[in-house]
Amino acid sequence: MASDDNTGRGPHGDREGDLDSFGQRLKKARETEESRRLWKKQLNRPPKTALGLAFRVSVELVSAVAVGLAIGWALDEWLGTRPWVMVAFIVLGFAAGVMNVYRMASGMTNTMGYREKDDASGSEASGTPEEGKDRGG
Amino acid sequence: MAEGQSPLAQFEIKTLVDINVAGIDASFTNSSLFMVLTVATVTLFLVGGMRKSALIPGRWQSMAELSYVFIANMLKDTVGSEGRPYFPFVFTIFMFVLVGNMWGMMPYSFTFTSHIAVTFAMAFFIFVGVTLIAIAKHKLHFLAFFMPPGVPMYMAPLLVPIEIISYLSRPISLSVRLFANMLAGHTLLKVFAGFIISLGIAAGWLPFVFVVALTGLEFVIAFLQAFVFTILTCLYLNDALHLH
Repeated sequence: MASDDNTGRGPHGDREGDLDSFGQRLKKARETEESRRLWKKQLNRPPKTALGLAFRVSVELVSAVAVGLAIGWALDEWLGTRPWVMVAFIVLGFAAGVMNVYRMASGMTNTMGYREKDDASGSEASGTPEEGKDRGG
Repeated sequence: MAEGQSPLAQFEIKTLVDINVAGIDASFTNSSLFMVLTVATVTLFLVGGMRKSALIPGRWQSMAELSYVFIANMLKDTVGSEGRPYFPFVFTIFMFVLVGNMWGMMPYSFTFTSHIAVTFAMAFFIFVGVTLIAIAKHKLHFLAFFMPPGVPMYMAPLLVPIEIISYLSRPISLSVRLFANMLAGHTLLKVFAGFIISLGIAAGWLPFVFVVALTGLEFVIAFLQAFVFTILTCLYLNDALHLH
């Protein structure tokens, strides 16, 4: 490189060249394996701090139970079968909550779907839950 | 505790202009005021930053472009190129939540993201929009959402309701996470600030140090929660566009 400064004080041609090389270096820095890995890690991990994790788990669990409760209550109002549908749906809601938490803990983030096939370690994740459990922890 | 000294007084909705449309209370409140301020700030930030749009950006333009690139990359990495049409929406969500959180960090201001009504309304519309996108794109195949692949058919009556509940719980967990973080953080700040006064000069410096640290932490959380809200929107969008 002709000079280290890219503040534009150099001759015109120099500045152009500096900008180009700066652009290349920037691009390289952004596309390093490290940055990509960090970004992926950021996306796929549950929170690191214990408090954050506890909060996430409780929200996932409670919100599913709340939805189950609401659906059951509404169905009971409609069918006049209070409280039986509600009881059933609370249990289902709890199961859904556990599933939410399991998905979060096994690195499938908080999403509904199942891990993409093209993901590096994901080929076995769409199989049985037992397979996921080993990696989970 | 004296009037206005409660740690929760900061979350009180105050009507500024009374508006009543056909019996519906649509008053302009302090919450609305801060939403307007947020939109104005974001507009000023982006329009002002791109006013000159020089080849070599200045500081302001650089910040505006960085925020653009940040979200563009997030969308690209989570959704892929199919997500591009939804960039304006995702970017709007991010800027609105982030700047709203930041306005909330100003003393005497109001944090509209600390209200479940606001965050749930946002999460609900995201949820409905994403569901409509999924239905429009996949038609009836959308129902495969509720049936994990490779599961025997006799499990369906049990699994489908569970999956539907799990799906419906998404807007709740999305909105509760943002609202609870903001609410808890701001309450904690106020509580510790109250300790400074009640402990006086003798021991008041201890909570004071704590409040300083907490304020820094709150700024991080304000950013992080906007980030989390946006990334979850991206992930939901990804689910809708790429059904398993």
